[in-house]
Amino acid sequence: MTLPNGWEIVVGLEVHTELKTASKMFCGCANSFGAEPNTNICPVCLGLPGALPVLNERAVDLAMAIGMALHSTIAPSTFHRKNYFYPDMPKDFQISQYDLPINVGGYLDLPDASRVSIERAHLEEDTGKSTHLGGTGRLQGADRSLVDYNRSGVPLVEIVSGPDIRSSAQARAYAQELRGILIATGASDGRMEEGSMRIDANVSIRKANDPFGTRCEIKNLNSLRSLQRAIDYEALRQVELLEGGGTVRQETRHWDEIQGETSTMRVKEDADDYRYFREPDLVDLAPDQSWQDRVRAGLLPMPAERRQKLAARLSEPTPAQLDAVEVVIDLGLEDFVERAVDEGVDVTLAISRAANELAAGIDEVKNLSSESFTATLFMEQRGELSATQAKTVLAELLTHGGDPHNVAREMGFEQLSSSSLGATVAELIEEHPDEWTRYREGDEKLAQFFIGQVMKLTKGQANGKSVVAELQARR
Amino acid sequence: MKSAVQIASDVRSGASTADEQLSLSLEAVRARNEELHVFLHIDEEGAREAAARVDGVIAKGENAGPLAGVPIAIKDNVCQRGVPTTCGSKILRGWRPPYSATVIDRLLAAGAVPVGKTNLDEFAMGSSTENSAYGPTRNPLCPSRVPGGSSGGSAAAVAGDMTPLAIGSDTGGSIRQPAALCGIVGVKPTYGLVSRYGLIAFSSSLDQIGPFAKTVTDAATLLEVLAGHDPMDSTSLPEPPPSLVAHLNDGVAGKRIGVVTELIEGADEEIVNEVHRALQVFREAGATVVELSIPELRLGLSAYYLIAPAEASSNLARYDGVRYGLRVDAQDVTAMNEATRTAGFGDEVKRRIMLGTYALSAGYYDAYYGQALKVRTQMIDAFARAYHEVDLIVGATTPTVAFPIGEKASNPMAMYLSDVFTIPTNLTGEAAITVPFGTGEADLPIGVQLLGPGRSEAQLFSAARVLEMADGRA
Amino acid sequence: MSSPLRREEVAHVAKLARLTLTEGELDLFTEQLGQVLEHANDMNSLNLEGVVATAHPFGLTNVVRSDEVRASLDRDEVLAMAPDAQDGRFAVPRIMGEAP
Repeated sequence: MTLPNGWEIVVGLEVHTELKTASKMFCGCANSFGAEPNTNICPVCLGLPGALPVLNERAVDLAMAIGMALHSTIAPSTFHRKNYFYPDMPKDFQISQYDLPINVGGYLDLPDASRVSIERAHLEEDTGKSTHLGGTGRLQGADRSLVDYNRSGVPLVEIVSGPDIRSSAQARAYAQELRGILIATGASDGRMEEGSMRIDANVSIRKANDPFGTRCEIKNLNSLRSLQRAIDYEALRQVELLEGGGTVRQETRHWDEIQGETSTMRVKEDADDYRYFREPDLVDLAPDQSWQDRVRAGLLPMPAERRQKLAARLSEPTPAQLDAVEVVIDLGLEDFVERAVDEGVDVTLAISRAANELAAGIDEVKNLSSESFTATLFMEQRGELSATQAKTVLAELLTHGGDPHNVAREMGFEQLSSSSLGATVAELIEEHPDEWTRYREGDEKLAQFFIGQVMKLTKGQANGKSVVAELQARR
Repeated sequence: MKSAVQIASDVRSGASTADEQLSLSLEAVRARNEELHVFLHIDEEGAREAAARVDGVIAKGENAGPLAGVPIAIKDNVCQRGVPTTCGSKILRGWRPPYSATVIDRLLAAGAVPVGKTNLDEFAMGSSTENSAYGPTRNPLCPSRVPGGSSGGSAAAVAGDMTPLAIGSDTGGSIRQPAALCGIVGVKPTYGLVSRYGLIAFSSSLDQIGPFAKTVTDAATLLEVLAGHDPMDSTSLPEPPPSLVAHLNDGVAGKRIGVVTELIEGADEEIVNEVHRALQVFREAGATVVELSIPELRLGLSAYYLIAPAEASSNLARYDGVRYGLRVDAQDVTAMNEATRTAGFGDEVKRRIMLGTYALSAGYYDAYYGQALKVRTQMIDAFARAYHEVDLIVGATTPTVAFPIGEKASNPMAMYLSDVFTIPTNLTGEAAITVPFGTGEADLPIGVQLLGPGRSEAQLFSAARVLEMADGRA
Repeated sequence: MSSPLRREEVAHVAKLARLTLTEGELDLFTEQLGQVLEHANDMNSLNLEGVVATAHPFGLTNVVRSDEVRASLDRDEVLAMAPDAQDGRFAVPRIMGEAP
């Protein structure tokens, strides 16, 4: 979406991700989603008097991995206390990093070849969660709240981009690419709906080359689609405000997905005085070269590299094929493709089946083995299954598992015997003499016509290649 | 009262039992607790269980530990599972921690028998124990006077012959100052030597748990049990516990002992005299005495009264009525926080929270807290330079002997000045011990302070032992 | 920074610290805190240009623990000490604003 009258959107994104560690940031409580309230708590993450934090080594590893993937400098860093009162914060301060974060600078290249700078990515602890009683379940109108501290102390990395993003589409692409990186480093499972990855957008507008305008922070973006919609809405809101002679107030706004609008949550006052000071219960962090090297050595390839590698298997890929490659990588399906291709399956077929059929059943992909995927595609490739039949078999394997050959047999996908196929083709040739003549004279396109007719008659059970073989044999 | 070492020996040999020693201790506690208000809580049930365990171990012929059957008093800012821990505050009245501090685990493993929780200035903020929400503790040697603070109860427990040992915490002098005012031995260990896990925090970068005892030997024995690396405390020094008892009689021959002007100036004359007498003892024992001046020490009070309250303002934020402790109900959570904290904290705590909040707040950080941190670095460097010239330093522990209850209570600044000689070693993180040495006005005890570099406890104990023997105490 | 603090500043600080002061306390604390801050001006006698704050006095760095799960507290024991609890959670009166 382009703004009217020469206005330009300026967006910076702050992404918080929970880290996939076994235990919390500063204590040994389990870091797991969905447990019964207040069953994963201890003196440390409950902030009991006398408790002390001890840093989780794996959280540091993952933070460094994220920094490396974002081309940041891994810097000596310090922890600070961010002091404010809120019931979901057991100590009424949050241990975070302030002016000396572990990852400084960096950048993220997007598939459209644009580059977004990274200002920093730092470690901090998560807060507990409150539910509100009375009213709508939202904060406003509630008369009582209940707090669960299971999430308190879960390790987070906060990634702050530079204000380089110039459209909601680019913001979405950034978020998507970043999510892919967070998953690829093993740091996160990237689930926005579950809250393991949270995005806040800072949005302002300006006329080209003017200084940045006043920005608003948008929260409650629970999906990439919300992110994109909210940015567009907010930018337009600011345009209308400014063109109407008003000014944009610096504030935090809440995105309402149902109403499709942002509304004031909190005005940023000077009263947000966090009184940052160095956390005296922790010591400084300065990962030495051998620690950094260990993390670097364990880094798997990032999405961009994996997309390139898979696309390289295609000769002159079309935009549609590149999109399919992106889907395969984004969903982590390339292992299926690579192994099938290594066994001899056609790469275009493998990518297509992965980007479509496997993607459609992505939640069940764990039921499918690479061997089954390869075997199914081989049956299709050899003409034992039609395309339609192959897709059906895959769907069945995803839902219920099993052996592809057995599944095909049970579904009655018998190979159409060549004699019955030959009889069918002969019949059609007699019924369509004009088309047959044109095909015999070299009009290859008519093969498709005959294939279509065969499919109609056999209810999709024929194999396209086998039909072509029959046609050619009778030429 | 027998020494801890003697009690442990008797219990291990079968000449006595832990249960018997506990009974003797409880008798002594009950005889004077009402008068002196030393213990906020006497945990007889827990103590009997601990004593029974020790006696059971000994019956099996196994090693019950270096403190077998020794009764010990615990300052009420140290968490002991299931035992009321109030920090001398209304805001934690009735709170029983669901966990124990590391030092408690170590004491129990060593066979010690915790008898109860002792009174303190609220949240360890004070120098007289008059800031306790539960009433002051009286000095056993002269009950109209303060025992010192903030660990006044622990000091009084030992000085009043209730228990041979006690633990306290020292942030600006809160072990050493009461030890000196009560005429006993008190130690602030090197920062990080003793785990802070389970010590309810006042000022995290300065707090240390340490021993009270009547004799240097007992204090060394106790510190060996408390000390050593703890994985639950990130600031804990990595080394295992130091060997202290074995070095008690090393003496001071050949040592260079510094006397620092700024650690005596302003003290009462009788105290200055005792410091000089101590130096003479050291000379006669073969040490050389070097006169030094460390002008940076004069800024210690200012730096301390910005750093400690700043950290405290943050450490005490958690007392908000949400999860434990006092709650005063209100319409919304912010009003509840305010009502709870206003009702639950005493004046001195409020004063320091506000001072600390102010020192950290936007616009003032650099001038106050930031500046104080730099002063601290200068002091660390200054001491490091001094320890090139000397091995340890001697000075006064307090500027006066025990003062009357009520004398300084309404003048915070005057009270703060009591800490002038102890504060520097909290800021530098180094070790210090106070030994009773001579008496002053009204026969009240005087303490002489020995300071040394980080991890120099063995040396400090052996020097303290020299003074102890010279003073005819042990 | 040699002027003692103003009454309005003390009132603001009290709010930040979630403390309610009476008028009398406001006056008293303004005076008492002012005294401490005045005394603290003596720090300005040192040249502290370029001096860096000390982190751990003995230079400890990189203290970490391995990523292992350990036993948590028993929820009943923890909630038993809560001023108000419901459905396994800590209950508080209404929260007026979103978290910062």
